[in-house]
Amino acid sequence: MTGEPSVSARRGDVAVPNRVRIGADRAATPTTPRVTPEASREPRREVVFDIKDMSAYYGDSQALGWTTLEIYRHIVTAVIGPSGCGKSTFIRSLNRMNDGIPGFRVEGQVLYHGHDVYAGATNRVEVRRRIGMVFQKPNPFPKSIYDNVAWAPRNLGMRDGLDGRVERALTHAALWDEVKDRLRESALGLSGGQQQRLCIARALAIEPDVLLLDEPASALDPIATASIEDLMHTLKHRYTIVIVTHNMQQAARVADRTAFFGLDTTGAQRVGTLIEYDDTQTIFRQPRDTRTRDYVSGRFG
Amino acid sequence: MTGLSDTFIRHPSLPDPSAPLTASGNLRRRTIVSRTIEVVATASAILAVAMLVDVAFTVVSKGAPALSFGFLTQNSNGLAGGGIANALLGTIVIVAFAALLALPVGVLTGIYLTEFAGPRSRLANILKAALDLLQGLPTIIVGIVVFGLIVSATHKETGFAGSIALAIIMLPMIARSSQEVLTLVPGTLREAADALGVERWRAVVGVILPAAAGGIATGAILSIARAAGETAPLLIVNSLYNPSHTQLEIFGQGVPSIPMYIYTTYDLPAPSAIARAWGAALVLLVAILAANVGARVLLARSRAKMGMR
Amino acid sequence: MLYGLCLLAGLIAVFLLVEVVYQVIHGASPAISKLGLGFIGRTEWAANFGRYGAASAIFGTVVSSLMALIIATPLGIAIGLYLAMMAAPPVRAVVGPLVEMLAAIPSVIVGFWGVDVLSPFVARHFEPFLHGAFGFIPIFGSPQTTGLSVFSAGLALALMVLPIVAALSRDLFLTVPGDLKDGAAALGATRWEIIRGVVLPTTISGVAAATVLGLGRALGEAIAVLQIIGDGTGIHVNTFLPGSSLASSVASNFQYSENKLEVPALFYLALILLAIGLTTSLLARWIAGRFDVNRTLAR
Repeated sequence: MTGEPSVSARRGDVAVPNRVRIGADRAATPTTPRVTPEASREPRREVVFDIKDMSAYYGDSQALGWTTLEIYRHIVTAVIGPSGCGKSTFIRSLNRMNDGIPGFRVEGQVLYHGHDVYAGATNRVEVRRRIGMVFQKPNPFPKSIYDNVAWAPRNLGMRDGLDGRVERALTHAALWDEVKDRLRESALGLSGGQQQRLCIARALAIEPDVLLLDEPASALDPIATASIEDLMHTLKHRYTIVIVTHNMQQAARVADRTAFFGLDTTGAQRVGTLIEYDDTQTIFRQPRDTRTRDYVSGRFG
Repeated sequence: MTGLSDTFIRHPSLPDPSAPLTASGNLRRRTIVSRTIEVVATASAILAVAMLVDVAFTVVSKGAPALSFGFLTQNSNGLAGGGIANALLGTIVIVAFAALLALPVGVLTGIYLTEFAGPRSRLANILKAALDLLQGLPTIIVGIVVFGLIVSATHKETGFAGSIALAIIMLPMIARSSQEVLTLVPGTLREAADALGVERWRAVVGVILPAAAGGIATGAILSIARAAGETAPLLIVNSLYNPSHTQLEIFGQGVPSIPMYIYTTYDLPAPSAIARAWGAALVLLVAILAANVGARVLLARSRAKMGMR
Repeated sequence: MLYGLCLLAGLIAVFLLVEVVYQVIHGASPAISKLGLGFIGRTEWAANFGRYGAASAIFGTVVSSLMALIIATPLGIAIGLYLAMMAAPPVRAVVGPLVEMLAAIPSVIVGFWGVDVLSPFVARHFEPFLHGAFGFIPIFGSPQTTGLSVFSAGLALALMVLPIVAALSRDLFLTVPGDLKDGAAALGATRWEIIRGVVLPTTISGVAAATVLGLGRALGEAIAVLQIIGDGTGIHVNTFLPGSSLASSVASNFQYSENKLEVPALFYLALILLAIGLTTSLLARWIAGRFDVNRTLAR
């Protein structure tokens, strides 16, 4: 696989673009698959996350509701929407990073390669080993650059070829050239953009299956942001990437598919929910839901 | 930056993504290690609580038999028996006087450190070091120093000397807790006072101190509770007193106190002596624990008030 | 005006410290000039014969405090980890204050408990067991019947030091930023690995300072040690024998001293104790100041 596949070529190979229309009955209404004549049929993509009717609660307060979608392998899926619509809750629930919050619970079905993420027999640590995460604010450990990247592989017993593993991870995070001469220096001396790429390298070093990114560039300047975005295009060949972003242009630039989350205010509480989920081009050019259109055009101009 | 898959040599411990979400590779062993540590830590906490319960249970079971209304209201009758009324009053008087000395000095020191001293002030650093060192002083040393200063000069052991010793012990605690609480007062309050053109001292007395009052009171209560239980300094400077008289005048003679009562009664050759000593210990322990709980409640309330500003 | 008052208050505090140090030196000076530095090496304490030595007391202080430290430090850190990282919030809100209350128990009560409960238990069960199982190590020599020993005093001191280390450690562990712990968790690390890799390294110097503070508490404890350590002199490797400590010797002998030189000799003991105590306090400040948590994280 070489070159950067354009978003439009993805059109025909998606099985069922899911979309939930919030109405009185709150039933998900799947539409028939859209097939555009000019697109070639490519083999059906593997489903990584199969999410049905997912809701999330912090104690009594519901943060996320009635979310159904499938996330596909080896593409970038963006999650966009105004703040407070459950985007962060959603993505953090995929690898059980919300478990530490007292009173948090998930209802509905979250399947990862067919396995229930929230089953009793599921090992939380194993989930995170396969589904890695990079956070909004870079959070390097107060250790050397080398030790930051090598820490998790050491835990996992990957001691052979550790140097090579660290170098590969830093290379794939586009950071190797900048730090190769100062691996033993503290990671805290790096700039914000470099620290964030270090956090990405750290996550890549253990070769997860999925990489979740929660607004990874929001704390960074435009140049650092651009370097992070460039990474997305190359990393997706190896990993499955889900990225939360409040920057729509960013979603348009990096994502193959986009999920738009909004607020459902029909009930007693304001609950975040998935409103529309489709190819990125569709979401931005021909959104089907008015709320999507409002959100997208409000910024797009 | 293409074709990542060929540059990755798949490590043998990498799980197959479609395998079940149970421990793979070395995770089972690592989980056992982690769980073991958790068990050890939990057991340690249980041990600590068990020790507290053991001590409390001992005090209650050995002291309760001696408790009675008479025990609390009568003076001690030496070997014959009696109660702890005069010792209680003595402790209250001595500690109150000590607080009278230590509270103003401590709070003012705390105010100095937060409101007046610059961040790099030499004096502030010396002061903080002095307070830390004072706090770490063995109380027996405070006792003998006060002995040398006051008891030698006046040739008698007095409740006053005891108060001085306790005040020295209480001072660093009050100063530190006042400083901590004052630091927590939001800077916005100070800015508002400055913007209104209010003099510094008026701002402190009228705005900042009231905001910190709860926290300062908490610190005061805790240090009073600690001083009330101190035996060592009293043993040195306030151990000669008439055990059966109520003695409220502290300047001329020794004053009975609860810690000294506990300490001396235990060894008396009277049949009820041990029980009486434990009874007094029970009263002391209850008072101290009640003060701790009360201080905690006060702290929570004052924190809530400051958080809401 | 207020400034002047506050400044005065601060100066009073500094003055008090200086005065304490001066008074101890002053009180000890007759003994220092008469007994010299050899005082530190002699073990005998016979007031009537004018023979004084600090060695027994120094030995008892060092052994009992070290014992308290060895027991209380790992336990305290474990409890701190439990409270900060493992306990559910309602449990933490109850157990935390309970552990802190352990520190509020007056020493005279700990002393009585030590005599009435701890020492008999130690004499009947603990010391014989240790002697039986590890008797080849000289510190676990033959026990005597009362249980009033350096060993028991060490245990009681551990009880008093434990809550200090535990509460301070817990506070330190709670200051570790959540996003650091999250970052470690997101890399598939177990709870212990998060503790070992992130929590402990960032708080290690604070924990060390807390330990030294606990040591200071153990060193200065007079009343409880006086009641539990028995009344022994000499330096014995066997910790099951009674002994004495600097603070407890001062406390027990001060009132009854009639001999002209005994009081200065006791001041001399106090001077040694003061020197050790000030050194540990300064050490704690130095450790805490050099590597405080915020510096380490450079945030």
